[in-house]
Amino acid sequence: MAFPHRPDAPELPDFSMLKRLARDQLIYLLEQLPGKKDLFIEADLMSPLDRIANVSILKQHEVDKLYKVENKPALSSNEHKLLACRAAFLFSVDLVNADKLAGRTRKYKVIFSPQKFYACEMVLEEEGIYGDVSCDEWAFSLLPLDVDLLSMELPEFFRDYFLEGDQRWINTVAQALHLLSTLYGSFPNCYGIGRCAKMSYELWRKLEEEEDGETKGRRPEIGHIFLLDRDVDFVTALCSQVVYEGLVDDTFRIKCGSVDFGPEVTSSDKSLKVLLNAEDKVFNEIRNEHFSNVFGFLSQKARNLQAQYDRRRGMDIKQMKNFVSQELKGLKQEHRLLSLHIGACESIMKKKTKQDFQELIKTEHALLEGFNIRESTSYIEEHIDRQVSPIESLRLMCLLSITENGLIPKDYRSLKTQYLQSYGPDHLLTFSNLRRAGLLTEQAPGDTLTAVESKVSKLVTDKAAGKITDAFSSLAKRSNFRAISKKLNLIPRVDGEYDLKVPRDMAYVFSGAYVPLSCRIVEQVLERRSWQGLDEVVRLLNCSEFAFTDMTKDDKASSESLRLILVVFLGGCTFSEVSALRFLGREKGYRFIFLTTAVTNSARLMEAMSEVKA
Amino acid sequence: MDCYTANWNPLGDSAFYRKYELYSMDWDLKEELRDCLVAAAPYGGPIALLRNPWRKEKTASMRPVLDIYSASGMPLASLLWKSGPVVSLGWSAEEELLCVQEDGAVLVYGLHGDFRRHFSMGNEVLQNRVLDARIFHTEFGSGVAILTGAHRFTLSANVGDLKLRRMPEVPGLQSAPSCWTTLCQDRVAQILLAVGPDLYLLDHAACSAVTPPGLAPGVSSFLQMAVSFTYRHLALFTDTGYIWMGTASLKEKLCEFNCNIRAPPKQMVWCSRPRSKERAVVVAWERRLMVVGDAPESIQYKQLTIQVLLDRLVLRRLYPLAIQICEYLRLPEVQGVSRILAHWACYKVQQKDVSDEDVARAINQKLGDTPGVSYSDIAARAYGCGRTELAIKLLEYEPRSGEQVPLLLKMKRSKLALSKAIESGDTDLVFTVLLHLKNELNRGDFFMTLRNQPMALSLYRQFCKHQELETLKDLYNQDDNHQELGSFHIRASYAAEERIEGRVAALQTAADAFYKAKNEFAAKATEDQMRLLRLQRRLEDELGGQFLDLSLHDTATTLILGGHNKRAEQLARDFRIPDKRLWWLKLTALADLEDWEELEKFSKSKKSPIGYLPFVEICMKQHNKYEAKKYASRVGPEQKVKALLLVGDVAQAADVAIEHRNEAELSLVLSHCTGATDGATADKIQRARAQAQKK
Repeated sequence: MAFPHRPDAPELPDFSMLKRLARDQLIYLLEQLPGKKDLFIEADLMSPLDRIANVSILKQHEVDKLYKVENKPALSSNEHKLLACRAAFLFSVDLVNADKLAGRTRKYKVIFSPQKFYACEMVLEEEGIYGDVSCDEWAFSLLPLDVDLLSMELPEFFRDYFLEGDQRWINTVAQALHLLSTLYGSFPNCYGIGRCAKMSYELWRKLEEEEDGETKGRRPEIGHIFLLDRDVDFVTALCSQVVYEGLVDDTFRIKCGSVDFGPEVTSSDKSLKVLLNAEDKVFNEIRNEHFSNVFGFLSQKARNLQAQYDRRRGMDIKQMKNFVSQELKGLKQEHRLLSLHIGACESIMKKKTKQDFQELIKTEHALLEGFNIRESTSYIEEHIDRQVSPIESLRLMCLLSITENGLIPKDYRSLKTQYLQSYGPDHLLTFSNLRRAGLLTEQAPGDTLTAVESKVSKLVTDKAAGKITDAFSSLAKRSNFRAISKKLNLIPRVDGEYDLKVPRDMAYVFSGAYVPLSCRIVEQVLERRSWQGLDEVVRLLNCSEFAFTDMTKDDKASSESLRLILVVFLGGCTFSEVSALRFLGREKGYRFIFLTTAVTNSARLMEAMSEVKA
Repeated sequence: MDCYTANWNPLGDSAFYRKYELYSMDWDLKEELRDCLVAAAPYGGPIALLRNPWRKEKTASMRPVLDIYSASGMPLASLLWKSGPVVSLGWSAEEELLCVQEDGAVLVYGLHGDFRRHFSMGNEVLQNRVLDARIFHTEFGSGVAILTGAHRFTLSANVGDLKLRRMPEVPGLQSAPSCWTTLCQDRVAQILLAVGPDLYLLDHAACSAVTPPGLAPGVSSFLQMAVSFTYRHLALFTDTGYIWMGTASLKEKLCEFNCNIRAPPKQMVWCSRPRSKERAVVVAWERRLMVVGDAPESIQYKQLTIQVLLDRLVLRRLYPLAIQICEYLRLPEVQGVSRILAHWACYKVQQKDVSDEDVARAINQKLGDTPGVSYSDIAARAYGCGRTELAIKLLEYEPRSGEQVPLLLKMKRSKLALSKAIESGDTDLVFTVLLHLKNELNRGDFFMTLRNQPMALSLYRQFCKHQELETLKDLYNQDDNHQELGSFHIRASYAAEERIEGRVAALQTAADAFYKAKNEFAAKATEDQMRLLRLQRRLEDELGGQFLDLSLHDTATTLILGGHNKRAEQLARDFRIPDKRLWWLKLTALADLEDWEELEKFSKSKKSPIGYLPFVEICMKQHNKYEAKKYASRVGPEQKVKALLLVGDVAQAADVAIEHRNEAELSLVLSHCTGATDGATADKIQRARAQAQKK
């Protein structure tokens, strides 16, 4: 059932090196404060740290106690304190000050990850503790979540850049790319779209040029790199996910590559933390599957497993001995995983196969295809009136806005009013954020249409004329989704039922209704090896200045490396996109590697924009 | 034959020496050398002369002249001494002339007489004046040792990294020591001094009395002491005309000699030729020179490295020669040619008679994009010489915009620095410049600058959001950004204000801002919220319970759940809750209360704007099939099938679907035919389908 790769597909580079690098660096930092020490760690860094160095490694290097930094100072007896934190480090200031008040003097070391900002030092100075602490950087910017998925674990990137216009993480991205090119060779072919993509790329090139060229002689392992801003394609990220891995993420939230399955999944009274990656053989076979296939697959698997267990019956003693010593453990392991995923499926089915979910998906598809807009709008309104879920309601509103080039003024006002009545007036700020980010906007009134614009729209013969008029009249960031969809053929024409078991194209990740825009762009550019012929799409994406190609004439790139492609998502990627590109890779004999600032989904995007008091 | 040995004189048993002139000095001295302070640099470096009028009568009004000559007496520089009285001169290993003044200030000059910098030897020295001073060289660099008028020693082992050490007191020392010198043992600088018949060794921790091994008896005073250049050997001259020579560690005697001259010598120095095994001490009196020597084990001499040699050439401005050597030795560019060129450029910028344009062009022509050359370093030098415009021109050649920023800031070109920082893409750098600008400009100008730099502005805004909320407000005010100001006050009403009055006031400010921003929607919504807050407060007072901070919807629901239907309806009217919402919330609340009677009454109060399917759904959610069925019968034809399926009446749903001849409905019902009893129904549907197809 899991599709095998083509025999000529290239091998993936070994990314475990990144982990070792981060671990060694951490150990080095720990050893800077010899003796027993306590480690205070910011909540956001907890899971990534866990993936790099487990408790026993920390203990080996004399970390006595590990504290998750909450907003109150913890009491500890050790002489040394290490504080590992992100840019927000006010906690540490409080910690040190609390100690000072209590008259304790200790050695403090503040470790900033992935990088120390000037502002950090300044705050320490302003708080009057700059002299009390020593600062260091843990340049841990790339966490390999899986064999083909690297995460920078910077969920704040999305809000900081796309809402606040804060560019400080771009440098971090450039540094991460620099690290990759140092370890795995430079990338001979580069493409990108989006303002942030362009800036990151240029900064990275600068870093490469400043370097003495130690890496230049290296044979590149990765043939292409593609950088993409999240705001180039909000639509895909806003859709409900229906491939297994995405659905697990939407339902249970995968955090740093692992998920907490609650009692309803484990069918015991305990929760279980499960690592989800290619090493989980069962998961690996279903992760990219449309959910409708998963259950059938799992039950088939269960039957096979039973059959293997059953083989025992006819065995003599010697065979039995062999079976127990060699196969049983593997079977049991598989058994355990199988029952976990079956449990997860049941739990998802319970939540998702209700009428509500069907209706929801139907509405989403209608929005993507652009029909029955009124009906969809009423659906959203009802959704809000019934207080189904603040995040879901918001997501649907955004999807409507982007696919329709903004809401018509009447709907914009009434939906917002309804929303505020349902979920509280503080969401006024959320709406202001969404508008700024271009996620939820209002169509400008039609009368701003100038003569030139109307002339242009007359030249357009197809049905999109109306939409283009809208596009002209809208002053805010325009999505022009409908025209792009048509140009790139995002809505597949289906004769009869779409066979989700044997997908034809990437649309299978959305039940055959929609090819993810981001993935389609990657596919098209790779096919052409440039943006040639995509000018119209680029224009419609408002990215004319930010679509770039850069090919170095490097004959060192082997044909194998040329089929290894690194796709960089700035602002987050979804598991659906990962699945879609994995599918594309299998079809075309590519292997995709994903680098994302964080794994995201619709709920995370909406939460990043929400502004509700805690 | 005898011409080879004729001028060789015996020295001890096995060594000979001779005296001959290597070259004659080119100088034309106007002063008697004896009237001058003289300092010759090590390794055949330059010689400095300063006529010392302060030693003589105080009335000398003439300013002294500082002359610098090469080792062969070629004049390099001559300048009028305008500072205070000088006690001692000496050259550092970098060939910088250190002039120690009486007040403890040390002035540093280059070998061309260019003033470099000055530093002080500390307050204690300033108060007690300098009695004597020595410049000495160790492997860490060049140091200065001072003897003050209070007979205390202060020293710095490396003037390049100035750390002053005040040495411990010598017990019972009432007058200046008869002689003293600096030593360097185990990487620590020490002072050896003689007081009467006693020798004391001072390091930074202690003062200890020492005795040289095998010292002849009868010494009542030491007149002169000399330490060799490498600090390995020491010679002592006593008042009995006796010379002791041994290791500087005072652990071993090498030899002794009695010259029978009791007059104190003017000078005593160690001398030996490179790679020679011979060591000798030369003692000089007014009219007599004596060489005392022995010939024990070999001495290691540190050779000048090629880098030091190049540095020396550069210091003498012999750039072409230095470059030729680099090329001949095939030194890598960064270590060799680029470094020399950079030095040349730094010299070039000091040529004040050449215009900025010409200097900049000349430098760029020579240097081009030579790797390892930092234009910003050269520019820094130009700025150091007061040539700001030239510095800016040179910075233009610096390819890394980030490198330009620190100097631009120093030159107070902060705005240019800001755009360069932004160009570099390094947000940290931008931030550094921002804080500079913030301190440098008044607030208005600062904000104006930000306004033209969106990247910097958002960076600063982010900072303010976390650190300086009030500034954020000012920032919005300055830009007339009423929309953001409104949001700011809304946020404040939730975060900062506890009291309801304060919150309402903050909201009022927000609403005003929204009006100014022409955002009527937000203004109205904010006013509604103010009304709601006040009402919620009243409700809490009158009815008890928790109302504050609930959404409008939840407020109405809470009222209904509390049995205050009238109030809920009033609320709905006052706040224009749409009918649909009101029906949904009333339906949900009544079902939650399981008040089926009231629900039925409500359902009949008028025609439901949301239809009756929701009634069925909600009743089923409360597991009340009986009530659900009541409403199922009222559901309109379009949703009839769904309603019947919800209440589990598959058979009737099939009938309706067949009647509607609706394919979608038929398959929906069929998908619900799962129970054993539904077999007949499924057949019925299949038949209906077949019939429909026939038609």
